[in-house]
Amino acid sequence: MTMELDVFVGNTTIMDEEVYQLWLDGYTVNDAVKVRMDGGVMEECEASADVLLSDTMDQYRTFQMCERLLHSPSKLGNQLLFQIPPHRQAMLIERYYTFDDAFVREVLGKKLSKGTKKDLDDIGAKTGVTLKSCRRQFDNFKRVFKVVEELKGPLVENIRHHFLLSDKLARDYAAIVFFANNRFETGKRKLQYLTFQDFAFCAGQLISNWTVGAVGEPADHQRSFRFYMDVDLDKEFLQELKELKVLITDKDLLDQHKSLVCTALRGKTKAFNEMETNFKNLSRGLVNIAAKLTNTKDVRDFFIDLVEKFIEPCRSDRWTAADIRLYLTHYNNSAHILDTFKHQVVWDRYMGVVKSCIFKMYHD
Amino acid sequence: MPGKLKAKIVAGRHLPVMDRASDLTDAFVEVKFGNTTFKTDVCHKSLNPQWNSEWFKFEVDDEDLQDEPLQVTVLDHDTYSANDAIGKVYIDIDPLLCSEAASVISGWFPIYDTIHGIRGEINVLVKVELFNDLNRFRQSSCGVKFFCTTSIPRCYRAVMVHGFVEELVVNEDPEYQWIDRIRTPRASNEARQRLISLMSGELQRKIGLKVLEMGGNAVVGYLQCFDLEGESGLVVRAIGTACTLDKLSSGSAPNTNTHMHPNTAPASNACNSPSKDGKEPVFGEDLTSSSGPPTPFRALPTTSSSPPPFSPSKPCSRQSSSSDTDLSLTPKTGMGSGGSVGKEAGPLKTLLRQQTQTALEQREFPFFTLTSFPPGFLVHVGGVVSARSVKLLDRIHNPDEPETRDAWWEEIRQEIKSHAKALGCHAVVGYSESTSICEEVCILSASGTAAILNPRYMREGCLDIGITDHRFEEPSPPSCGFCHIPYDELNMPFPAQLTYCYLCRRQKVPDVLFTTIDLPPEAAVTGKGCLIQARLCRLKKKAQGEVNATAISNLLPFMEYELHTQLMNKLKLRSMNSLFGLHIQISVGENMLLGLASATGVYLTALPAPGGIQIAGKTPGELSNEHHILTIQKRINDTIAKNKELYQINPPKLFALDPEVFCGINMELTEEVVGSPIPEPRQRSRLFRSHSESSDEVSELDLSHGKKDAFVLEIDDTDAVEDIHSLLTDAPTPTGFYSCNTEIMPGINNWTSGVQMFTSVRVFRLSNANLTNQGLNKIFTDLCENLLKSFYFKLRSMIPCCLCQLNFTVAVPEEELIQVTVTAVAMTFDKDQTQEKTADKPPTKGGSETEEQLQFPLELCADSSSANCQPTSKISGVPESTNVSSRDRCSTWLELLRLKAHTMRRGSVKTSRRTQSLAHSVSSLERCSPLPEGRSRSLRSSRSFGGSSVTVVKMTPLSFLPGTRIIKYLGIINMFFIRETTSLREEGGVSGFLHTFIAEVFSMVRAHVAALGGNAVVSYSMKECMLMENPNKNQAQCLINVSGDAVICVRETDQEPTPSTTNIGHTSASATDEAT
Repeated sequence: MTMELDVFVGNTTIMDEEVYQLWLDGYTVNDAVKVRMDGGVMEECEASADVLLSDTMDQYRTFQMCERLLHSPSKLGNQLLFQIPPHRQAMLIERYYTFDDAFVREVLGKKLSKGTKKDLDDIGAKTGVTLKSCRRQFDNFKRVFKVVEELKGPLVENIRHHFLLSDKLARDYAAIVFFANNRFETGKRKLQYLTFQDFAFCAGQLISNWTVGAVGEPADHQRSFRFYMDVDLDKEFLQELKELKVLITDKDLLDQHKSLVCTALRGKTKAFNEMETNFKNLSRGLVNIAAKLTNTKDVRDFFIDLVEKFIEPCRSDRWTAADIRLYLTHYNNSAHILDTFKHQVVWDRYMGVVKSCIFKMYHD
Repeated sequence: MPGKLKAKIVAGRHLPVMDRASDLTDAFVEVKFGNTTFKTDVCHKSLNPQWNSEWFKFEVDDEDLQDEPLQVTVLDHDTYSANDAIGKVYIDIDPLLCSEAASVISGWFPIYDTIHGIRGEINVLVKVELFNDLNRFRQSSCGVKFFCTTSIPRCYRAVMVHGFVEELVVNEDPEYQWIDRIRTPRASNEARQRLISLMSGELQRKIGLKVLEMGGNAVVGYLQCFDLEGESGLVVRAIGTACTLDKLSSGSAPNTNTHMHPNTAPASNACNSPSKDGKEPVFGEDLTSSSGPPTPFRALPTTSSSPPPFSPSKPCSRQSSSSDTDLSLTPKTGMGSGGSVGKEAGPLKTLLRQQTQTALEQREFPFFTLTSFPPGFLVHVGGVVSARSVKLLDRIHNPDEPETRDAWWEEIRQEIKSHAKALGCHAVVGYSESTSICEEVCILSASGTAAILNPRYMREGCLDIGITDHRFEEPSPPSCGFCHIPYDELNMPFPAQLTYCYLCRRQKVPDVLFTTIDLPPEAAVTGKGCLIQARLCRLKKKAQGEVNATAISNLLPFMEYELHTQLMNKLKLRSMNSLFGLHIQISVGENMLLGLASATGVYLTALPAPGGIQIAGKTPGELSNEHHILTIQKRINDTIAKNKELYQINPPKLFALDPEVFCGINMELTEEVVGSPIPEPRQRSRLFRSHSESSDEVSELDLSHGKKDAFVLEIDDTDAVEDIHSLLTDAPTPTGFYSCNTEIMPGINNWTSGVQMFTSVRVFRLSNANLTNQGLNKIFTDLCENLLKSFYFKLRSMIPCCLCQLNFTVAVPEEELIQVTVTAVAMTFDKDQTQEKTADKPPTKGGSETEEQLQFPLELCADSSSANCQPTSKISGVPESTNVSSRDRCSTWLELLRLKAHTMRRGSVKTSRRTQSLAHSVSSLERCSPLPEGRSRSLRSSRSFGGSSVTVVKMTPLSFLPGTRIIKYLGIINMFFIRETTSLREEGGVSGFLHTFIAEVFSMVRAHVAALGGNAVVSYSMKECMLMENPNKNQAQCLINVSGDAVICVRETDQEPTPSTTNIGHTSASATDEAT
C-alpha cells in the first residue's frame, strides 16, 4: 500500500539508532529497508515490509530535518522544534561527526577545498564508503576547520566546545584540522602503511609541543594576532631548530655524541652493530629534518622524511620497536651531556615529539 | 479601563539570514494589541539580537483582553525597500486573566511564518494588571476557567455541576473575500489565523458570560471546533459543561494513577467502597461509621455517610446511603413486599425518573460533555444516543445573528434529548458534536450516552430534593450500578435481553452496553480492554445540492447499521460485552462516505458473557460449501478462544448459578437463560438514533436486527464471505501492547512514567476508478490496520506499553483521497506487576463454594436487619476489603483487590523514600517536591542533562500524566495555524511538508506552555488537520487546530495530609499483599 502521504510525529522525537547509522552511512531508503529486514527486526514486532518502509521514511525525514541543526550542534540544545532528550542529542551529534578511518586517511592533509570534494566519488569507490557519507564526512571536516581556524585558544577545547563532541572525537578532529592546515603529506606510497590513528597521535604530539599555544601564555605581540593558536606551528621554534645543525656539522660533537650513545647501548641490544654503523646517517637524517622545518614545503614532508630518513633504514636493519625505543632514548639523552651543545631546550622540544612520533610510526 | 497589558521584548536567537550580502539580519519587533502598535529599535547585523526593550503598555478593556491575542511581529529593517516580515508570534493572554492560573508569560517562542515555518525564536515577557470592575453589565467574563479535560480537573473539586453551555460565532472566511484575489497568500493566511483567534476569544468570552449567569466559575470538557464552510463562511462553535469548582490545597491532590476525582480519592475509599456484598460482615461493621453504603434494612436516610469535608462527590455514599430502599432488593423496608423486581421496578423507576428529572427539566439541554465523573454522579447508563442531520450550506448573511446554524444544532440537540427520554434517561453524558463538510453539503452529528444522574449534583437538586427523592434511588453499588437499566423493563425502547446483574443480582442489566463515556473507575471489569473499530466505505454518485443531500441522508442509516453490526461482531469476537468511548464518525466526500467507529471493548463483570458467532450457509446442501463454513466457524471459534486468553477474560464461574434462586425472587423470566455463561446466540443492539435531513424528516432506526437471529452470520454471497474475512483480518495487538481509545485501560493501572504522545497522518490515493464498496472497505480497513501496526512497530522500545486515547479521524479531502489522522499516547506500565497479578490469580472457584458466599449475604438479609451490614456492592476495589483473611474468595474480587493493593503499596514505598528529595524541573513552584529516585526520569531529564535551556514539556491526550500529579492548571491552550508552501518538492513532498508542520505545531504548543511556567499539556487534542495539496503546482496548504490544558505537574509524592482512611488503606493493602 503506497501512501500519498505518511507521517508520524512524536512529541518526543523518535529516533532509531540503527536507522540513524544507516542514514549516516548513506544508504537509500530502500537499501536501508533491506538491511533492516535482513537484520530480523520484522520478526521482533510482527511487522511487514510496508511498516518497515514507512518507519524508515519517517526516520529519514526526521534526520534530514535535524541535519541543519547538527551543523551547529550547540543549537540542537536550545532549539524548540524537536524535543530530544539530552543524552539522545549527544548520541546524534557524536554519530554525525564520527567518520570512517578509511575515508579520513584519504583526505588527511589535503586542502579541504572544492577540488578535493570533486574527488570524493573516487575516494568513495576506493574506500567503499558511499558518496553521501563521504560528503557528510568531508563537510564535517570543512565545517570544523572553518569554525576553529580563526579561534584562539586550545584547538581540542575549541572543537569540543563548539561541536559538543567527546574528548576522543575532538582530538581526532583537531588532528584533521591540524593536518589540513599544515598540509602534511600523508598520501605517498611509503606512508600508506600508517593508519589515521598513527597520524592522529603524531598530530596530538605536534599540537601539544610545537605550536604557539603549546608554550603557554603568548608574548604580547602575539596576543591579538592569530599566533596564539595551536593550529599553526611555532615559527620561532622552527627558526631555533636550525641551531641543532651543529650536532652534525661539528665533527667533534658528532663523534662525541656517537660514542656516548654507543657506550650506553653496548651489550643491550642485538642490533648494536647496525646502530653503530648507522649512527651518523640517522643523526644527520633527524637533524636535517629539524633544520629544514622553516620551509613550508619541508613541513609538509615531515612524515615522509621521518620514514625515509629514519624508519626505513632501521626497518631494513630489522630493528625491533624496543631497539628503536632504546636507541632514541639514549640518542636524545646523550645530547645533554655534550658540554658544547647549548640548545638543550630546543633539542628536547624537538626530540620529544620526534621520538614519540617514530615510536608510533614504527610498526614491527 | 479595566486592564493594563504590559509586554517586553527581550531578545531573539537563531534568526534567519535576511540580508544575503552580509549573511546577517537587521531585526526589529512590532508589538500589537488591538489597534495599538509599538516598535523596538532595530538591532543591526545580528542573528541573535538583544532588544531588551522597555515595557510596552496597552490600556484596554477586559473584553478585548479576552478576545484579542497579543501579536508580536519580527521584521527585517530595510532602508530602501519595505521591511521584510520574518514571522509572528500570537500570544493568547487569557491565562493571565485568571488569578489562579499563570501570573506572567515569559519565555522563548518560535517565530512562525505561514510560508516559511519556524524562523528563529524570540524571548517575550507579558504581564497583565487587572482592575476590579464592578460593572454588572460587563461583557467580559474574566476569571472563568476553561478546561479541555472531560472530567473534574485534578486538584479541583466540583461544588456543583450546572450543565450544558454552548455558543457559536460566524464570520466570513477571509480566504473567500474578494480582497483575497489581490493579497499575498501570507497576508491571507495571517488574516485567517487572526480571525479565528479573535473568534475563539470571543466565543470563550461569551461562554464565560453564560457560565457566570448560571452561577458557575468554570467550564469543563470545553470542546471548540471550527467549520470551514468555504464560500458560506466560517463557524466557530463550542460546547462545554459549566461547573462551580473549588481549588483543593495542593497537598490533598490525589494520586493520578487511580484516576479518581481528587478529593474523593481518599474520601471515596471510605464511602464508596462497599463491603463486598456483605460477605464480610465483620469488616462491614468495622467500617460502618466511616463508610456510607447502607444496608437495605436501615431505615431511611442514614446520616452515616459522613462526607469528608471536601467531597462533593462522595456521591456514591450519598446516593447509596440515603437511598436505602432498594427497589430491586427484596423489599423488606417499608416499601415492603417481595414482589418481583420486574413488576415493582417499573413504576418505581418511573417515579424516580420523574423526581430526578425535575432537577434537569428546567434546563434546555441536560447534556454534559464530561466523560468521567465523580463517583456516584452517574446512576445508570441507558446507551448511546446519536443524531445526524444533512444540511445544505448557504451564505451566512448576517454574521451577528448566526440563527441558522444555531437552529440546526438546536434541532439536533432536541433529537438527542428525546432519544435519551425514550431510553428512560433524563440526561446525556459524554456528549459531543461534530461536522463533516464537502462542498455545500454538511453533516451535523451529535452523540452522547443517555444516563440517569444523581440529582444531588444538579443545581436545583443540590439541597432541597432531599429525602423523598433519595428514597427512590436504588443503592446501586458503584461497581455495577451504572449498568442497571434505567428504562422500564416492560416497555423497553428497543428489544434487548435483560438478565439480572451478575454482580449484585438485584437489578436488570442489558446483554451489551454501548457508551460514549470513559469506563467508570469503580466499575468491575474482567480482564483487559481493547480498541475495537468498525470501518466502512460507501460509494455515492456525485451530485449537487438537494439531490446530493438526499442521497447522503439515504445512505446514512445503512452505514450506521453496518457499523453497528461490525462493532457487535468484533465485540463478540473478543468475547466482550460493552463498549466505552464509542465515537462514530461519518465523513462525506464527493463520491463516497466514510464511516469509522472506534471504541474500547470491555468485559463488564456485571453483564452476561457474550455469545459466540455462528456461521450459517444459505445453501446447506452443498458439501464443499458446508466444509467451507465449517472452516470459517472453526477460525472464528479459535479467534474467540485466543482473544479470551489475550485479554485475560475469565469471568468467574460462580455466575453460572441461577441468581434468582438465592435472591429469593419469584422469577417469571427464568426462560431467559439468565446468567448462563454459555454463549447466547441472541443479542440485541443498544443504539438508538435517528437521522434527519434538511427536510426535517425524522426517521428512527431500530438497529436491532429484527426477528432475525443477529449473530448467525449467513453466507449468502461473496460479500458476506468478505465481511467475515474482514472480521478476522483485524490483527491482534502484538505481545506487550494494549490499545484503547479511552482514558483508562481496563486492567492496567500500574503506569510507569514513559509517555509518548504522537500524531500520525496518512493519505491514500485511490488509483482504481472502478472501485466497489467491498474493495473500498478493504482499502480503508487496511489503511487503519496498517497504521496501528506501524505504531506498534515504532513504539516497540516502550514495551510493555499501552496506546491510550487512540483518536482516529477520517476525511475525504478530495475525490479519490482518504485521509486518516491519529493522535494518541503510548504509556509504559510495569509488566511484572501485571504478570504477578495474573499469574497468581487463583483458579476460578467451583460452584459450591461460591454459592456459599453468595448465600451469605442473603442469610444476613434475612435475619440480621440489625446487623447493619452492607450488602450493597461487590467489588470494592478498595483496601478496606483487605480484611478478607482467606484468599480463596472470588477470584476476580481478589484480583481487583490486589490490583489496588499494588497501587497502594507503591504509595507507601514512596512514603518511605520521601527523604530523598531532588530539585524538580518546575521553577515556578513554590516548593520542591520530594521525589523518589529513579522514577519519572523523563520529567527532569532536560534539566539535569547537559544544561540545556529548554524545558521538557510533556503532552498527553489524557487528563493525567502517570507518576505525576497536577498541582496547577495554567489555562487552556487553543491554537490555530496555517502553513502554506509553494515549494512542495523542495520541502520533501507532502510528507515532508506535513511532518515539518506538525513538529512545528508541537514546538509552538510546548513553547507556550513553558512560557506560562508549565511543564505539561493534558487533554491535548488535534481537532483539525486539514491538508490541501496541488503537487502539479508544487503547492500545499494545511490548517491545524490543537487544544489542551497547560499544567504544572510534579512527580508523585505521598500526599502529606492523607485522611486516615487512606492510611488504613495503605497498611491493610500492603498486608494483603504480603498475605497473598
